[in-house]
Amino acid sequence: MTATYRYLPDTKQDQDEMLTFLNISSIDELFEDIPAEISLQGELNIPKAVPEPLLVKKMNQLATKNKNANHYPTFLGAGTYDHYIPSVVNHMISRSEFYTAYTPYQPEISQGELQAIFEFQTMVCELTGMDVANSSMYDGFTSLAEAASLAVATTRRSKVLVSKAVHPESRAILHTVAGGPGYTAEEVNLADDVTDLGKLQEQMDKDTAAVIVQYPNFFGSIEDLKGIKKIAEEKGALLIVSANPLALALLQAPGKLGADIVIGDMQPLGIPMSFGGPHCGYFAVNKKLMRKIPGRIVGQTADEKGQRGFVLTLQAREQHIRRDKASSNICSNQALNALASSICMTSLGKQGIRQMAQLNIEKADYMAKTLEQKGFNIYNEAPFFNEFVVGLPRPVKEVNAKLLKAGIIGGFDLESDYGFENKMLLAVTEQRTKEEIDQFVDALEAIVNG
Amino acid sequence: MVEYNELIFEISRPGRVGSSIPDSDVDYVDINEKFPKHLIRDEPAELPEVSELQLVRHYTALSNKNHGIDNGFYPLGSCTMKYNPKINEDVARLEGFSRIHPYQPVETVQGALEVLYELQEELAVITGMDAVTLQPSAGAQGEWTGLMMVKAYHAQKGETRTKVLVPDSAHGTNPASASVAGFQTITIPSDENGLVDLEELKKHVGSDTAALMLTNPNTLGLFEKEIVEIAQVVHKAGGLLYYDGANANAILGKTTPGQMGFDIVHLNLHKTFTTPHGGGGPGAGPVGVKEKLIPYLPVPRIEKEGDKYVLNANYSHSIGRVKGYYGNFGILLRAYTYIRTMGPEGLRQVSESAVLHANYLRKRLEPYFEAPYLQICKHEFVLSGSRQKKLGVRTLDMAKRLLDFGYHPPTIYFPLNVEECLMIEPTETESKETLDAFAEVMISIAKEVEENPGVVLEAPHTTVIGRLDEVQAARQPILRYSKEEVVEEETVTS
Amino acid sequence: MTKLLSSFRYSKEHEWVQQLEGNRVRIGISDYAQKALGDIVFVENPAIDDEVTVNESMGTIESVKAVSELYSPVSGTVVTVNEELEGAPETINEHPFEAGWLVEVEMSNPEELDSLLNEDEYQAFTNEGEE
Repeated sequence: MTATYRYLPDTKQDQDEMLTFLNISSIDELFEDIPAEISLQGELNIPKAVPEPLLVKKMNQLATKNKNANHYPTFLGAGTYDHYIPSVVNHMISRSEFYTAYTPYQPEISQGELQAIFEFQTMVCELTGMDVANSSMYDGFTSLAEAASLAVATTRRSKVLVSKAVHPESRAILHTVAGGPGYTAEEVNLADDVTDLGKLQEQMDKDTAAVIVQYPNFFGSIEDLKGIKKIAEEKGALLIVSANPLALALLQAPGKLGADIVIGDMQPLGIPMSFGGPHCGYFAVNKKLMRKIPGRIVGQTADEKGQRGFVLTLQAREQHIRRDKASSNICSNQALNALASSICMTSLGKQGIRQMAQLNIEKADYMAKTLEQKGFNIYNEAPFFNEFVVGLPRPVKEVNAKLLKAGIIGGFDLESDYGFENKMLLAVTEQRTKEEIDQFVDALEAIVNG
Repeated sequence: MVEYNELIFEISRPGRVGSSIPDSDVDYVDINEKFPKHLIRDEPAELPEVSELQLVRHYTALSNKNHGIDNGFYPLGSCTMKYNPKINEDVARLEGFSRIHPYQPVETVQGALEVLYELQEELAVITGMDAVTLQPSAGAQGEWTGLMMVKAYHAQKGETRTKVLVPDSAHGTNPASASVAGFQTITIPSDENGLVDLEELKKHVGSDTAALMLTNPNTLGLFEKEIVEIAQVVHKAGGLLYYDGANANAILGKTTPGQMGFDIVHLNLHKTFTTPHGGGGPGAGPVGVKEKLIPYLPVPRIEKEGDKYVLNANYSHSIGRVKGYYGNFGILLRAYTYIRTMGPEGLRQVSESAVLHANYLRKRLEPYFEAPYLQICKHEFVLSGSRQKKLGVRTLDMAKRLLDFGYHPPTIYFPLNVEECLMIEPTETESKETLDAFAEVMISIAKEVEENPGVVLEAPHTTVIGRLDEVQAARQPILRYSKEEVVEEETVTS
Repeated sequence: MTKLLSSFRYSKEHEWVQQLEGNRVRIGISDYAQKALGDIVFVENPAIDDEVTVNESMGTIESVKAVSELYSPVSGTVVTVNEELEGAPETINEHPFEAGWLVEVEMSNPEELDSLLNEDEYQAFTNEGEE
């Protein structure tokens, strides 16, 4: 019977005792309310159960079919990055009191989770220069869409302007989301590797709720946030900045440059690439938007004895109370990943995060210069963080296939999203050694000349 | 256990280092020369400065102030707090799964794509649907995705249907998702048995009905026996039927939403399929559809060409992207591992045990608490604290008293149509002894309410902290730590 | 010129209306409403000079566990807003009819007052609700 499954403790005796107590003779009686015409006949047509030792073998085989960054230096970025994750992170988030816990709705037994989120919120505020941050969102892309929706709802205007230098997936999701309330997401063209401010000025009007830009942008370049803020402000539009939190270790906080909402993904800090998810969106605003922020927020308070404690607060905004008037329908956050990110930021610390960002800048700079010396063209005009665009004499797909044979995972092909033929977006993180970079450049040279 | 009440910022000391960063092996770059001055940080972000041991002690102490399934029984109705298998955690951490980039050439990630493809197929079978998308990262996102497809479907037929119907027992995400998708929500009152009132439904269904959102069993734990008729009413009016999969743990291997007549389904993998709740996330909310809705599925789709797995975004009627990349791969992987662990007989026994446990526990508790619905329940049941309320004790107080016994309380005050509601979902992974022990504690609390209500009203007594002032937290929100505020507080209290 | 109300009038959304000089009225929420909401934590009032329309939402009142829309009982323009409530929203719980007032509106259509309930009618209305 059931005792062949280690997650099902009921023995035949247990079942018999319960059935007797219920005055029934079989479990089937408990399912009599399901009409016969819709009852499943036979068993589900899915693969049979695999005992643990065999399942471990199978999953290992599946995993080995994938080429991973431990064995192939990876120069792919485009929103997900190969950064070092300090070993403490995994150990701490593997504590089952954290990962098997539910949302902290009963604060008395969830102070650990609540405090950890409070600390996360604080760190996000510090990096972004904003007043308030929530406990995380699904990912950076959906955070951006939520930010746009918030801007539209607050300003009661019907359009947002989003730079083409914002991640293509962000823009795609934004278009899908905008279809709900029915606002428009209008794209602003590029001037080389950054947003075209002239076009932005032209498209800006009194019906624009917000301008959305990325920092660093999709090509790694740093946008002129000051200039962009000015254009937005003139017509009373909000400035939404999608920012890489690692870059914020050294780059000026968007909050100090006039951003109204700062969003992004914490993946570069403590979260594995994991084939694209789960990652961890963040969402930060100024005080005036505090009560409009979507998702869960942890606040500090005290108990009757005056002891400091933490609770989920401002819940009246959330879906389970506002229901059809909720500002957003988000229920889950990415709590465990927010915790992972907090632990990573704590491990790196105030100085370490700056050192790590510095390494990223230096490695990318070195690679770009080395490529230039070999005659390759670097497309970026603006200064860049840890990503840049290199022009190739052959299609990127072809080059990447050859790089793979040389044991390297090459960069992102900009053709399908941008129509940039033969242009590759390269990410160089602190994980890339000088040897790996040199190896890439040599391999590239060989491919191009060979 | 030493009491620990510090924030990480409060134990920081300037100059302490928590990790080791290699020296640069390339040339130094002066950022002041590379970037314009106004784009360089003028002040470092005030992140903590602690040693690795301090970090470990801090988070270990925090974990000791937290209660997970591994600590004790967690009968939260509607959340399916079942055991989170450890093999799933090991698999998710394999370097071949965690160290791969979503944009790698598909030939280099065939193992990952195989997992996703097979999971799609299996979830389709389990739900009786024709196709599945794994993109949505939570139930609520799944709902919204499903509703956006509903919208596209009707628009394609040239129809503008603006209303989504939900029962009054619906979870808050249902009307919220409908609203975010641009619909208006109409609430249908339940009948006295807690089920959808078919006559009321007929009154409200019309040519402007886009969809009816239901969960079956419903949030009261009751199976909608008239589901086939309900489906007919909605379909006849041209509407679609949406299944909120929150309660799928009751029906695995017994029936499928597809057979019931649903057109779209979302599942909560962090409920039914054991992926860990993580303190509030991450989760995954895959969506299944019947054939007529396939054109609208999000892209890219994971498909098989011969024996190769590929990504295909070539679907012009797709609603587009709903989430980055392919969904929460790490979570999807855990669910896949669970389904392989259980197989078809195992999953069926999951539901059978879950339902047996719920009925057993309910019968044990019925003499002591008001049970608003006396028919067979499925995997969860509701009780009302109305008897105790007459004696001056509320469900909230009893929930807090349960904390003293090491239990996480059941869901309280939901669904909204039961007074002083307690929703209890034991799940199948608990032993009979656990159920009996919990029943005995609940009974003892019911006795305390009669004989010594004070001990319940002032609960909890043994937790690290007492009831917190949530009013103050909402009136004057303190949402982050800041050194300046600490100084202010000290001045105020002195 | 409409006659001055001798006492408060009420809407079915549990707001009270007190006529001041001329077409100016003061609006708040009733004791019944503040009890139902519980401890109030925040009020989102309309801004001065905003146009309000009868029976349409003009703001929200938030408690820890619920948010209520504030439906305007009359049409007109907002002339004053009770700024005390920003720092002390609990005033509404403590003094719903006096210090806890929300806004003052210059009515554009004074006849709307006739559609509101008087004290007895409101009493009867709230009693019905409780049964």
